[in-house]
Amino acid sequence: MQGVRLNSILIKNGRIIDAKSRFDRIADILIEGNKIQKIERNLKVDAAKVIDATGMIISPGFIDLHCHLRDPGRPDEETIESGSKAAVAGGFTTICCMPNTEPVIDNEGIVNYIKKEAEKVNLCRVFPIGTITKKREGKEISEFGELVKAGVKGFSDDGNTVSDAKVLRYAMEYSKIFDIPIFEHPIDENLSKGGVMNESEVSTRLGLPGSPAIAEEIIVARDLMLSKFTGAKLHLCHISTRGSVELIRKAKKEGIDVTCETCPHYFFFNDTVLETYNTNYKVNPPIRTEIDRRAIIEGLRDGTIDCISTDHAPHTQAEKELELVSAPFGMTGLETALSMIIMQLINIEKFSWLEVIDKLTLKPAQVLKERLGVIKEGAIADIVIINPNIKWILNPENIKSKSKNTPFLNKELIGRAEYVLVNGEIKYQTGV
Amino acid sequence: MNPKKDLLGIEGLSSKEIINYLDTGEKFLEVLDRPIPIIPALRGKTILTLFFEPSTRTQISFSIAAKRLSADVVSFSTSTSSVKKGETLLDTAKNIEAMKVDGVVVRHSASGAPKILADNLNAFVINAGDGTHEHPTQALLDIMTMRQHFGYIKNLNVLIIGDILHSRVARSNIFGLKALGANVAVCAPPTLIPIDIDKLGVEVFYNLDEVIGDFDVVMALRIQLERQESGLFPSVREYRNLYGLTIERVKKMKPKSIVMHPGPTNRGLEIDPEVADGPKSVILKQVKNGVAMRMGILFIHAGGKIE
Repeated sequence: MQGVRLNSILIKNGRIIDAKSRFDRIADILIEGNKIQKIERNLKVDAAKVIDATGMIISPGFIDLHCHLRDPGRPDEETIESGSKAAVAGGFTTICCMPNTEPVIDNEGIVNYIKKEAEKVNLCRVFPIGTITKKREGKEISEFGELVKAGVKGFSDDGNTVSDAKVLRYAMEYSKIFDIPIFEHPIDENLSKGGVMNESEVSTRLGLPGSPAIAEEIIVARDLMLSKFTGAKLHLCHISTRGSVELIRKAKKEGIDVTCETCPHYFFFNDTVLETYNTNYKVNPPIRTEIDRRAIIEGLRDGTIDCISTDHAPHTQAEKELELVSAPFGMTGLETALSMIIMQLINIEKFSWLEVIDKLTLKPAQVLKERLGVIKEGAIADIVIINPNIKWILNPENIKSKSKNTPFLNKELIGRAEYVLVNGEIKYQTGV
Repeated sequence: MNPKKDLLGIEGLSSKEIINYLDTGEKFLEVLDRPIPIIPALRGKTILTLFFEPSTRTQISFSIAAKRLSADVVSFSTSTSSVKKGETLLDTAKNIEAMKVDGVVVRHSASGAPKILADNLNAFVINAGDGTHEHPTQALLDIMTMRQHFGYIKNLNVLIIGDILHSRVARSNIFGLKALGANVAVCAPPTLIPIDIDKLGVEVFYNLDEVIGDFDVVMALRIQLERQESGLFPSVREYRNLYGLTIERVKKMKPKSIVMHPGPTNRGLEIDPEVADGPKSVILKQVKNGVAMRMGILFIHAGGKIE
């Protein structure tokens, strides 16, 4: 028996799940400083803080490859502070913010601003993604060297695809200097123009302009060919269709260096939800058909889809109160992703916890090439403690994001993060 | 029959509900032919017609219908949508609610807008056309006109020609006619046919000359010139050549068949003047039936009484 260890946290009796080591057992974790010191059953240590995690699941902190923090530019929708609060409340310890801010993240100054704000907020790790092209105009590639030095972890013109295949070819070739992935937003702008939902029988019935699945698949196919041709690392964002899953599955078999992500709303909903004309279901790419939803689930199951990201896209009430054709695309996701995953993938589709944690931690860490997303002795203590069974209501007053554009408002959800530790410090605790 | 609060679309209505509308509408036809065509059925009720998209005909038709039932009518129309003024539909709804009207007739360029109003109003809402979604009152008056002419709807063969993709009239007619057991087909260039429309039980044709002789009802839709500008078909001239209701084509129609058009017509484009004014045309009957049908609809939703 040693004396009380200052600066230490003991998490007792939780079911620890780590994708890398495929560890899935009940044990105690001792955290000292920012590191995991020890993992063992019945650790006899006097820690400064003891958390009883009986019945809880302990996972590496989640890593979101794709969110929108709207900072700089739209503090009415979200800020780095409010977005970070939402992130930790949802179990995320690392988030990558997309560069379609105002101004866009295409230079060192903006990257430094984001890093400084995130440091000030001091909740989760915030990794900026830089633009592929200057001003996100799709014409000339950004100064990747400067951006990488400043700390960006990937490049994306998210919100738009890089329409000009030649520009994307150059960007991919050039990215090989830094071995950093291109995060492509694969949607053909001409084919999807004007579309507010998936083009299907449902859009035909509702009389809403549709964006067809091929708008996504054509660009996925093009990007896969470009990746094969250039040898560059490609990460395809928010995959939503059966055709995309099939193309990526085939490409992976061929050995193309591609990873991809989907978002909870693509495996949770199908396009009949638009029958409500609720603008919170207007997202880009659109929520697809039941056939696509099934294919996304199968893609997650067989590993074709590597990661689950949120595409957290906050918008103000005033913006979302408009008619479907006028309202902007996007729903928030950081605070609901875990529940959607539990309700759909764990409870209905019977995924194992190991499988989903892999897609929320290890796989995104590998895309970023960060030594995060693991629980083992000596690893950085980014940890989420999950209550997998608790039922709770998403109350507007309790939402941490500045925006409330979620279809789950005032609805019951299952499962949530109870504690979140980043760098060994408790950054979030439910109800505190 | 206890009606739903609102009439937002034909989709989802039962055949019984549709027939109730048709029967009620037909009853009011007689009122229109009286020397003093007014009954006190909706005395003391206030109906607001709220048109965010210009439409003289439909708005007038509703106003006359409401007045024939002795309702008070307030009409508001604006060619710029409320969005441009920074007023959201929800806000509009709250303002209407505060003014205590009994019913709102709404036309809006956005599909789904009447539903937003209906979800937020105690007053009943009648959809007078929303975007490319539905135009239920038009379909009901169309079906009433068909039933008047043929005496039945079941197994009636109806062909709708034109811009099905953007047509709320086509959608509402398809839902209503299918619910009553009619055979519905559409004919248009493939670029103007929405995806998976066959899943609504509709047959699809591209060649009008081959099929026009098989139908009891041939309905032409108004073709918007901006559709050509967005590249959906090469030219107005070519459209007329392939899909226009010309005299020559109408000659191929069945003996007892009729020609319909929801108006306003582009005379000489989707329909020739000689056809629109010719013996097969029931276009003006549609207009008259429109008033009777809208009287019936307002009567049902306002809970009117015949004294």
